[in-house]
Amino acid sequence: MKALLTRAVAVMIVVFARAVTAVRAIWPDSGPPQRQCIYFANHSSHGDFILIWSVLPPWMRVKTRPVAGADYWLKSRLNRFIGCDVFDAVLIERDREKRTQDPIAVMTGALDAGSSLILFPEGTRNETEARLLPFRSGLYNLALARPEIDLVPVWIDNLNRVMPKGEIVPIPLICTVTFGEAMTLAPGETREAFLQRATGALLALAPKPAGDGL
Amino acid sequence: MSAAGSDLLLLLFGVGGVLILASSIGFILKQRLSPDGSNAVIENLNARINAWWIMVALIGVAFLAGRIGVVVLFAFCSFAALREFVTLTNTRRADHWALACAFFIVLPVQYYLIATEWYGLYSIFIPVYAFLFMPIMAVFRGDTERFLIRIAEVQWAMMICVFCASHVPALLSLDIPGYEDRNVLLIAFLVIVVQLSDVLQYVWGKLFGKTKIAPRLSPSKTVEGFVGGVASATLIGASLWWITPFSVLQAGLLAFTIAIMGFFGGLVMSAIKRDRGVKDWGHLIGGHGGLIDRLDSVVFSAPIFFHIVRFGWSLT
Repeated sequence: MKALLTRAVAVMIVVFARAVTAVRAIWPDSGPPQRQCIYFANHSSHGDFILIWSVLPPWMRVKTRPVAGADYWLKSRLNRFIGCDVFDAVLIERDREKRTQDPIAVMTGALDAGSSLILFPEGTRNETEARLLPFRSGLYNLALARPEIDLVPVWIDNLNRVMPKGEIVPIPLICTVTFGEAMTLAPGETREAFLQRATGALLALAPKPAGDGL
Repeated sequence: MSAAGSDLLLLLFGVGGVLILASSIGFILKQRLSPDGSNAVIENLNARINAWWIMVALIGVAFLAGRIGVVVLFAFCSFAALREFVTLTNTRRADHWALACAFFIVLPVQYYLIATEWYGLYSIFIPVYAFLFMPIMAVFRGDTERFLIRIAEVQWAMMICVFCASHVPALLSLDIPGYEDRNVLLIAFLVIVVQLSDVLQYVWGKLFGKTKIAPRLSPSKTVEGFVGGVASATLIGASLWWITPFSVLQAGLLAFTIAIMGFFGGLVMSAIKRDRGVKDWGHLIGGHGGLIDRLDSVVFSAPIFFHIVRFGWSLT
């Protein structure tokens, strides 16, 4: 019964997201990833992983879990239902002081169970004018723990205009989700070098601003 | 079946026949010139023809469903067009509520007024009320940066995507003596003439085009395509007089007028695309680009066609 409900809610959310954003996936020349991978994306809205999730082919979608902050997704019963039951999020505790589980261990556990992950390496929603916030170490630590798994950069464009922070009504605007070529941690690559390379790979997917680039 | 119904079916069969012919030509061209799918022009031609099948099917279903079907179809077209338009504008956070109103209040109200045939209000609702109240909503946020540009863009988006587009279903509200229950055929006349004008300009241009007509705006448009397309669309319009309340000559003149308006509409919308640095308005229709890429000519000709017919033939 509950499975049926979560399935129905998932379909509703995807239909709604597509109606508002007409979201379109742009794949690299090599096409959608064929293997388990870690998608890492820019983060400006709570809807980010929903858009990625919506454009994934269904057989990949069922095996893909977003990584999200436990503090937000356990806040209310509705959040918990959507986060845990509908999207099967891998919840990590962001507060270093209070946490009882190591986020990297939680994520590698999900990877070892065969899931692909959607990760936002900025750690929090970007509400600044900058295109990306500096990446946290999580992506590097995860790549170090599971170096054989492909890392796929994903640029989500325009969703921050659809629903800026604090607004409750979304504005219908066209969004795109651009997937890049997979990358992996090079042997001996330092944390700084890797994170810089990953940031560059993600920024390379961002479209040029329209017109005079306001 | 009523006379209007049988005329409509005849028209749909005719359009279906044209599409079968187009698909056959597309298939032969693909076999001859692009068996491995490497000729971009042929591939695009076939993608366009396939999209036409879907668009004709949607319009056909809406026509057979009657007034509500047509109003709902064009309301959704307006929604998708407005979404494409606003995506390319300079909106800021402060415009959030004005934009939400545009999508979720102004658009539905305009189509509700069309559905209830309230000419006195639907013909001024956007140019007067939306025009004044949307800047008021934006001004509450106190963000004056690029204020004039922002409100002008949103107002233009509303005029083009909602107001002008809604004049297509508004044709249903005209009251023409001796033409009762046949108004849907006016929409068919408008859409067929304007779209065929676009298609024929493309075909004439591809076959005989040499002289670019507006190289800075639209490099694919040629003088030969323009003249051939508008002339043949005018002849087709004249030959469709039997579905209209017009004489052969009047049908030809009106077809000429809307084909010309459609051509200039395409140019204006191209200029906007150039300004925003994009090639297409979106990706909604395979091979054609966005919805506005297909709708631009209809949108520019619809209000003119509506008012000429209203002035010359309608009692209301």
